[in-house]
Amino acid sequence: MTERKYLTGEFFMSGDDACAEGAISAGCRFFAGYPITPASEIAERMSERLPEVAGTYIQMEDELASLAAVLGASWGGVKAMTATSGPGFSLMMENLGLGIMTETPCVIVDVQRGSPSTGLPTLTGQGDMMQARWGSHGSYSIIALSPDSPQELYDLTIRAFNLSEKYRLPVLIMTEAATGHMYEKVIIPPMHEIAVVHRRKPAVSADEYLPFKPDADLVPPMANAGEGYRVHITGLTHDEQGYPAMTAEAQDSLVRRLVDKIERNRDDIIDLEEDRIDGAEVVVCSYGISARVSRIAVEQARREGIRVGMLRLITVWPFPEDRIRDISEQASAFVVPEVNYGQISLEVERCACGRAKTVLVPHMGGGVHSPATILEAIKQVAR
Amino acid sequence: MNKPTTNRAGHPLDPYLRAERMPHIWCSGCGLGLVVNCFLRGLIQSRLALDKVVVVSGIGCAGRAAGYINLDSFHTTHGRAIPFATGLKLANPELKVVVISGDGDLTAIGGNHLIHAARRNADLTVLCINNFIYGMTGGQGGPTTPLTARTTTSVGGNIDQPFNIPYLAAASGAAYVARWTTAQVVRLQKSITEALLKNGFGLIEIITPCPTYYGRMNKQRTGLEQMKYYRDNSIIKSGIDPKHAGIEFNGPIIVGRFVD
Repeated sequence: MTERKYLTGEFFMSGDDACAEGAISAGCRFFAGYPITPASEIAERMSERLPEVAGTYIQMEDELASLAAVLGASWGGVKAMTATSGPGFSLMMENLGLGIMTETPCVIVDVQRGSPSTGLPTLTGQGDMMQARWGSHGSYSIIALSPDSPQELYDLTIRAFNLSEKYRLPVLIMTEAATGHMYEKVIIPPMHEIAVVHRRKPAVSADEYLPFKPDADLVPPMANAGEGYRVHITGLTHDEQGYPAMTAEAQDSLVRRLVDKIERNRDDIIDLEEDRIDGAEVVVCSYGISARVSRIAVEQARREGIRVGMLRLITVWPFPEDRIRDISEQASAFVVPEVNYGQISLEVERCACGRAKTVLVPHMGGGVHSPATILEAIKQVAR
Repeated sequence: MNKPTTNRAGHPLDPYLRAERMPHIWCSGCGLGLVVNCFLRGLIQSRLALDKVVVVSGIGCAGRAAGYINLDSFHTTHGRAIPFATGLKLANPELKVVVISGDGDLTAIGGNHLIHAARRNADLTVLCINNFIYGMTGGQGGPTTPLTARTTTSVGGNIDQPFNIPYLAAASGAAYVARWTTAQVVRLQKSITEALLKNGFGLIEIITPCPTYYGRMNKQRTGLEQMKYYRDNSIIKSGIDPKHAGIEFNGPIIVGRFVD
């Protein structure tokens, strides 16, 4: 592979295209997808770019098959991704669970649009945030990232792959139409400057290898198919050998570990952007395109003399519970703008636990907030 | 691992099985053990490198086959074995990827994946084990239940036309299509070897006894009775258009290699 196959430099690029380039930079060499607005551009770019880097693109018959193929490809030893929007994301919940249960590294991009159901295919929304957390059946923890620009879609796609390989699970990029379809400058660094993580391989022979025996970080090393380890991988509750184990004890130890491997590594996973939170009376907490709009309102509020801080959730899941608790000790209120009727605001409210007031600034989708709406909410609580 | 040897348990196929997982969960009289036996013998005959052979299953009684075979094996979600296998094969073309699953898994919930994998001639070998019923969940009717056959969800007789699986696969573009019953073990074994050595999408339908549900509800109470029915009613017609291989309740079963 020649260096020119990798883009390096400054580009005027859409968020969707930047996401695809981030995947290529992260080492993604397999994409399976199904066309859906507003995520189709990611598939289109991957169909063009992957053959240039000896990767594989396949258009599947639906989103059930897309994520199934991605999981299969990952076990074939290749970094793999799919991209979709709400209706397809709903179909992927089935195999998201399989990916969690079998600890399969991969990346799923949800370019959110107005919802529920077919909703507003071409217009923006943030209505899938709780589905990202709880959409597949059962108890599990997930990692979801929320970029606020095409540049960050590039950067966070690399991070999503790195986290998926490190912690062995599907990592979600929860972006939205407004960011996916936004064109901005995107800087792609030279390849040698990009840190890329690969899944940890077994350090023992096939005879000694237990596919689900975790290391100290609770993540088991992963043998790919065809490497002679003769693994058995199942969505059933399984023991360290990977064999079905239909007992409450096996369930307890597996499910706890699947959750704990994320929750105990929160400090490594959670990424926040904070601006003048110390001494703030009001803290605006937001993510994605809504955080971008919120900044305008925050600056205006400051000009009007209100002590307002800004907390942007770059990692949305796992939720930064501790940081919200800390802030709730000093600030009097959180203002949470999001393009839904209240999802992440519920988490903020849970963690603030009455110590600080939580005010949702909802938008039903189809557009973004007017900064004036957010400013008004800030003023209301600051009074 | 290339030649079967007799070990303490005494079965020549033990090295190819996860013997520590025995006994298996299948009912007495079930034909799935025969299918696994034929698959392993067909696989040995193919001389493929076993570390590069992967079995992918969906959900159901047949879906448990993956867990008993001593190869890299994946027990996936209901209906999704074929797309999972497609991704695996594309990611590592060195692998020989075999899907072993049931008729409900592959033609009902996974029916769309089956026809599309055949259409794009995905390089997979599919063993579709057909017992005419949903066994794992208690004998409900499905897309292969013959017209008028009784099941736990059609006690008055099934009113829906069943799929003719070889016809479906052939019409969708499969490169290799055959049907056998568990009464033709040698032919089945040879057919499995043939399919494994074929490039492109190959499908073998294997008609298999389920005395616990299908047999009990349809006057074939034991696996042996079902096997006798297969023996007495199978008609080998290799090379015919599978359009003419439809299955009627208690009628003849057309078997053979239809597409190659």
